[in-house]
Amino acid sequence: MVDSIVSAASVVAAAIAVGFAGLGPGIGQGNAAGQAVEGIARQPEAEGKIRGTLLLSLAFMESLTIYGLVVALSLLFANPFTG
Amino acid sequence: MYTFLLSKIEVGSHLYVELTDNLHFHAETVFVSTLVVGVVCLFLILGTSDLQKIPGDLQNLTEVVYETVKSIAVTQMGPSYYSQFLPFIATIFLFVLGSNWAGALIPWKLIELPEGELSAPTNDINTTACLALLTSLSYFFAGFKIKGIGYFKRYVKPALFLLPINIVEDFTKPLSLNFRLFGNVVADELTVAVICSLVPFIVPVPIMMLGLFASSIQALIFATLAANYIGEVIE
Repeated sequence: MVDSIVSAASVVAAAIAVGFAGLGPGIGQGNAAGQAVEGIARQPEAEGKIRGTLLLSLAFMESLTIYGLVVALSLLFANPFTG
Repeated sequence: MYTFLLSKIEVGSHLYVELTDNLHFHAETVFVSTLVVGVVCLFLILGTSDLQKIPGDLQNLTEVVYETVKSIAVTQMGPSYYSQFLPFIATIFLFVLGSNWAGALIPWKLIELPEGELSAPTNDINTTACLALLTSLSYFFAGFKIKGIGYFKRYVKPALFLLPINIVEDFTKPLSLNFRLFGNVVADELTVAVICSLVPFIVPVPIMMLGLFASSIQALIFATLAANYIGEVIE
């Protein structure tokens, strides 16, 4: 009984972890991409440099989501609280 | 759990090889990472063995790799110190890139294992933890080698009250490097697996391409961050 409650709570917690972890970086990535497009529109010759920096910083923001994903995965597949 | 044509979802199951009671290792991870090391070495040896004034295909590729890694190192560490740490950065970059792509490009499902599955070595958290710990060891080493005992001044900069934060940072750096790489590789493979379970035909291919691209970016990120940590210590 307790075990099933723990499992259910873990699944819900995993969903919440991924959901909220996706929220902030999503906004951040949108901002960054928008600014990059603006920069390219203003200065098309700097496109290569802007693209490189943008990709790098997008990957950094992505890693925040990934932390949430790691938490969710460990809740789903390697749960320390069940059995 | 679910079996597909070329891959299947398995998180946390490994082929254990017991050496003693307390010591065992994950055979599939060790095998694929050895393979990756071999392929990377072979590529570099073949690419640099017969240097020509007008480079051939392989030498061109080697030069592109060298230029990429060198530009990472120079921008993060400055022109006077980069050459000492360039081999480390290049090793990290090539190994991470090779292992990420090895997991995505080779149809490992064709080789049956009793337990676990052959896939990218970076898909095992032990590999990424090892890489992250190597990175933190190397920046300690870099700091002591170049600054001597004055390395510890870094902990009370810019103000004394930041001392605890600076100490905690030494632990969070390897931790975040570790989780970033591991999480990204696992996330790529899980995405492909989930899409494959829905539509196992053509549709997953763009996602796989995205995965290939993302894993090369991850190799770049890992190398950049390692270079950045070293550069921040010796500046």
